[in-house]
Amino acid sequence: MMTTLAQLESMTSLTLAHYLIVSAALFIIGLVGFLTRRNMIVMFLCTELMFQAAAIAMIAFGRFHFDISGQVFVIFILTVAAAEAALALALVVFLYHLRDTLDAERWSELKE
Amino acid sequence: MTAAIADHVGSIGGLLTLAQEHGDAGFPLAHPVEGMGWAGWILWLPIISMVLCGLCAALRIKNKLPAWITVALVGAAFVLTLGLYASYEEPVTIELFRWFEMQWGEGGAATAFTAHFSLYVDKLALLWMLFVTGLSALIALYASEYMEADLKAGYARFFAGVSVFVFAMSCLVMADNLLMLYLGWEGVGFASYWLIGYYYHKPSAVEAAKKAFIVNRIGDLGLALGLYLTWHYFGTVEYVNAEGTGIFNQLQAGVDAEGAAGGWMIKSIPFLFMLGAFGKSAQIPLYVWLPDAMEGPTPVSALIHAATMVTAGVYLLARMFPLLEALHPLALPAVAWIGGLTALLAATIGMAQYDIKRIMAYSTVSQLGYMFLGIGVATTYGGAYHVFTHSYFKAVLFLTCGAIMHGFAGQLDLRKVSGLRHMPGWRIVSWTMLYASLCLVGFPFIANGFYSKDMIMAQAFISTGPGFTALGVIAVITALLTAYYAFRVWFRVCAGPRYYEMGDEHHGDEHDDHPGHDKPHAPRWAINLTLLIITAGALLSIWLFYRGWGEEMVADSTAAGGVPHPHHVDGGFWADPHAWMPWVAGAVTIIGMAIAWYFHLANRRAADRLRAALLGNPATRWLPTAMENKWYVDEFYHAFLRFPLWVVAHSLNFFDRYLVDLVVIDGLGRIPRWVGRWFQPLQNGVLQSHAATMAALAGLVAIFGLYAPELRRFLEMLFGGGGG
Repeated sequence: MMTTLAQLESMTSLTLAHYLIVSAALFIIGLVGFLTRRNMIVMFLCTELMFQAAAIAMIAFGRFHFDISGQVFVIFILTVAAAEAALALALVVFLYHLRDTLDAERWSELKE
Repeated sequence: MTAAIADHVGSIGGLLTLAQEHGDAGFPLAHPVEGMGWAGWILWLPIISMVLCGLCAALRIKNKLPAWITVALVGAAFVLTLGLYASYEEPVTIELFRWFEMQWGEGGAATAFTAHFSLYVDKLALLWMLFVTGLSALIALYASEYMEADLKAGYARFFAGVSVFVFAMSCLVMADNLLMLYLGWEGVGFASYWLIGYYYHKPSAVEAAKKAFIVNRIGDLGLALGLYLTWHYFGTVEYVNAEGTGIFNQLQAGVDAEGAAGGWMIKSIPFLFMLGAFGKSAQIPLYVWLPDAMEGPTPVSALIHAATMVTAGVYLLARMFPLLEALHPLALPAVAWIGGLTALLAATIGMAQYDIKRIMAYSTVSQLGYMFLGIGVATTYGGAYHVFTHSYFKAVLFLTCGAIMHGFAGQLDLRKVSGLRHMPGWRIVSWTMLYASLCLVGFPFIANGFYSKDMIMAQAFISTGPGFTALGVIAVITALLTAYYAFRVWFRVCAGPRYYEMGDEHHGDEHDDHPGHDKPHAPRWAINLTLLIITAGALLSIWLFYRGWGEEMVADSTAAGGVPHPHHVDGGFWADPHAWMPWVAGAVTIIGMAIAWYFHLANRRAADRLRAALLGNPATRWLPTAMENKWYVDEFYHAFLRFPLWVVAHSLNFFDRYLVDLVVIDGLGRIPRWVGRWFQPLQNGVLQSHAATMAALAGLVAIFGLYAPELRRFLEMLFGGGGG
């Protein structure tokens, strides 16, 4: 009995779960990086990682449901992320100028 | 109830009413007239005067303008009253404007409330209005000089208060319904509070003002409840009205208090009105405020707390005389007994005081007692006429006390001023005071008080009632005490060797023409003129008595039931109290004056020796002590009323402050703070820990979202939710 193409595909090719696992892994790497590192640029990159994790999940679901809006959303996210990256890096540069360091622990005035 | 009474009257002819028992069912009732609106200016002029005085205060006018405004406008109100008297033919009501017209339900008992701003003009009201407006204008003239020390501050405030008083009193007297009377009643109470507390920087004046107001509130509660019950059972508060359902219309037709649907409530109306009257007119048990009210400026004591306002209670009972007669057989005897006992009690206190203004205050309480005694023994004529004569002589007495106080820098102790009549410039004060004292004690023939007081005392022996004869004896004894204490003042202050001691009151800087405060300054023209005019008025009232004027005034009003018919009792001299009373009262008066003459002029040491002897003997020590301490009535009230109330108030305060506020309100307020305190460590300012918190909470939300159905099932299992 020959297996059907779909069955073959389901055994060998990538399923939704694979994409979601990659997305979750990226998100957790980003989260752990954000929580453990003190360097503001690295922390910022970690947030970008989490961003991209969300984007991957979005594309995966869009493909799974044959819905194009998932990809449209991701294009928006990329645009917003680009603008946000410029803003955030400018902020980091500004903070660096104020304290001559990139250590986030130096910015703890907001406690009660 | 309107309908109930009307039905009753309609169906059962010949109801038993007291008025009919007396064989004297009729009293004239007013009917409305048009085109008399000008009489309303008697009320509006004092209001205008008040507004102008207020303007003077606002514009900081520092001369005597407010006084002249008040004298002129209140004087004009007096002239209008005279005009109203001259054009008077029969009782009328004059509608000034429509005031309350309410209707609900579809007719029947107590479903409408009507009270117009209308004047009820009959001769009883005119009798009162003549002396209210006349004396107010004169006393304002007196005050223009008396109050001059306050020209810099308070002068306009004082005269605005006097104007408010005249408005409110006119409103009270000329009201054609109980609501307008109540408006005036509260208005005079307010004016009284305003003026007693005139020296508001003086703690004793503030205390006295509060005391007067609070004690009066107790009485006012009675009046308010009486007003409500009257409306409830008579269906109206109007004296008369076009439909013939006014209070007096119904009373004239006859009210059957026993059979009517009222029960004890309708019967309590006279007693509630009495409570109001006893508060306003300073009778037992509510008299304690009046002696303290002497903290106000003396013209106020003369006008409000002697001559006019305190007679409002007498007016109320005289006006409501048919109601008192009809609704409860014991109403009038109660008035008589309270009046007689107050007269005696106040006279005994007055005998032992040293402050002349205070003596006059107790004398006022005592004389008011006579007036109530008169009404109680069913001679509203005697009561009302005594009000009229008393207003003149008591005004003079207070005004002379005020002149002494003004001239001697606040000296009021009768032991410290003597021989006033020998001092230059004090002649008019001394002689008017002598005449007024003669009037107060009822000196035979030449004094107006003789006629009015005899009428009351004789009637006490004629009328039949519980213990009225004993009341007559009490009244005669009180006349003896009155003669003693009144002339104790005059012989001490005006007669005898010349000496004086100045008081410690500073008059301000206005008295540049009177160098220093070590010398007395005699009163000038305004005070002397006022004294002479009012004394002339007292003389005039004797002439009016012989013309039968007073009787005519009362007979043409709702108080007509209290004009005794016939005047004289047949059966010889001793059977007719009206025949022997002048002789007995005259003799008693002269005995009292003689005792006063002996102890306070001829041999002043004897008075001190007598006091020392009484105090020295343990058996009699209580008598002078109790009298000088006013029978400890204030202390009694303090211990049995004020103190328990104080305890209750403070326990409630404790309850509110510590149980309600601290535990309940603040406790609830603390909960968010405690909750917040648990989470406070999270707010440590470290960026990563914020992020961790955020991530953990996001994770929690995600888990809740993912496992919501499982969680619900678990909880239902745990708490036995019944699988719903």
